[in-house]
Amino acid sequence: MWRLKAFLKRVGVLAATLIGASLLIFLAMNVLPGDPAEVLLGMNASPEAIASLRAEMGLDRSLPLQFADFVGRALVGDFGVSATYGVPVIDLLAERASVSVPLAVLSVVLSVMFALPAGLYAATRRGRPADRAVEIGAQVGLSIPNVWLGLMLVFVFAVTLKIAPAGGFPGWGAGVLPALGALLLPAVSLAAPQAAILTRIVRAAVAEAMDEDYVALARAKGLSHAQAVRRHALANAWSPIVTIIGLQFGFLVAGAIVIETVFSLPGLGRLLFQGVAQRDLAVVQGVVLVLVATVIVVNSLCDAVADWRDPRRRAAIPPLASP
Amino acid sequence: MRLWWSALVLAVLLIGALVAAFWTPHAIDGVAIANRFASPSRQFPLGTDQYGRDTLSMLMAGGATSLGVAAAATIIGVGAGSVLGLMGVAFGGLGDGAVMRISDVVFAFPALIVAALLATAFGPGSINAVIAIGIFNIPVFARLSAASARRYFQLEFADAARLAGKSEVRIAAEHVAPNIAPIIATQAATQFAVAILAEAGLSYVGLGAQPPQVSWGRMLAESQTLVPIAPQLAIWPGIAITISVFAVTAFGETLRVRLDPRRTFEA
Repeated sequence: MWRLKAFLKRVGVLAATLIGASLLIFLAMNVLPGDPAEVLLGMNASPEAIASLRAEMGLDRSLPLQFADFVGRALVGDFGVSATYGVPVIDLLAERASVSVPLAVLSVVLSVMFALPAGLYAATRRGRPADRAVEIGAQVGLSIPNVWLGLMLVFVFAVTLKIAPAGGFPGWGAGVLPALGALLLPAVSLAAPQAAILTRIVRAAVAEAMDEDYVALARAKGLSHAQAVRRHALANAWSPIVTIIGLQFGFLVAGAIVIETVFSLPGLGRLLFQGVAQRDLAVVQGVVLVLVATVIVVNSLCDAVADWRDPRRRAAIPPLASP
Repeated sequence: MRLWWSALVLAVLLIGALVAAFWTPHAIDGVAIANRFASPSRQFPLGTDQYGRDTLSMLMAGGATSLGVAAAATIIGVGAGSVLGLMGVAFGGLGDGAVMRISDVVFAFPALIVAALLATAFGPGSINAVIAIGIFNIPVFARLSAASARRYFQLEFADAARLAGKSEVRIAAEHVAPNIAPIIATQAATQFAVAILAEAGLSYVGLGAQPPQVSWGRMLAESQTLVPIAPQLAIWPGIAITISVFAVTAFGETLRVRLDPRRTFEA
């Protein structure tokens, strides 16, 4: 019974957060100087034409009514029509997401693939030189701006060694391998700081779990050191690890926007910048809404998984900020 | 040991940035084509860029922008965030809940997205970068100060202050704030490092500092197309950012260990 209650509470908080975020975006777009109708029609439009377009766009209604309409439309995927492209924003979002989503997934996978072994390795050698080396490595990884890492990777692998494309995206139509190849360097640049943070979290979480009595008990029962670490320490370390992946997701999204620019990938980030440059309000609003909603949902999901992995978890982990 | 070298590196960076606000070894707003792509020499210790500008001077001026924006954004976060978090707890119940829920919502907006919204409205610039990163920092400090303040309101000294007739707000300011100050200071160092990286990202994509203002992020953006012929122009600002972030984080970590009250028992 309490499970259902906890679940409902979680869904309620998620819905409230989503509505709060969309309210912020709606208000931000509404306090923008310049009337969208005037922007669309240009400088020489007659006041009558502007008034009729305002009515057509529903801009003459009260703000609460406009907000309700905005949320209602967003729920069914109607984000309006792009002023510059002349196509529905949802189509643009879908097209660009086919680059951004695989990029994000690939970099999360890469960072976990690196952080798990590195963090485990350090945690089982606490205080020894190997542990220090991992710690310093993680610290350096955290300090390197991913834009710069991207540029350096291009310099080494594209310009000097000529074994990877310097940027651009052939499209999934060109085959899975060329497309993934184009995403590899961007994903590595994006994954590096994430991997550094995760490595520290894995190390700390596993090291803490290893001090618990149940690991000593497992050893006493005859499990080898490696087995005890894998089956008990790591199993109990998952909860903080998943929480941090969730908290980091916002940074991943922000990083992806920048990295897409470094590698000229036609993803959501580039769409956002084109929208900002062209003052294409529908596009900016659509991209921001989708990105923020994704961050909120992923955060909530990771939180739920962490709670499910560790029912002892009650108090929220203080935000561990990072780039 | 670590405290000293990180403090030393920080001091060098900050002094360099401060000096650059008034003076740089060479002018950075002129074009001297004859000097373009010069190699390091006594005159130009780190060489020059595609316009013949001295790279060292550019790095100093860029540091003034990058560190200045990061510092301002951190101050906004600490100021607004910790006051909000502390007051939320002081008022308790609904106040606390409201601050936490709003923090959750704002936390979902990466600085880059806030900057994009601000740029759509007011055009890009360093001030927008400060506001965007600052807004992102507010929930970080609101959550942290609330989370660390809660238990102090239940300790005996808070009860004693209540008996003495002090209001919750006064207790927050006089008794709780000094206790959570160390943890806020430590987080401020972390957020300062984060802000340096965020500023670089924003300026790189064109949402932060605008020409002719120099920043490390803009230096990266300008050198991008020159990487095949002059990689050093991209390498220097990257090293400047990495060293700054590394030193700030190391300083913060040392601070955390030193300020940890439990540590006094070890000695």
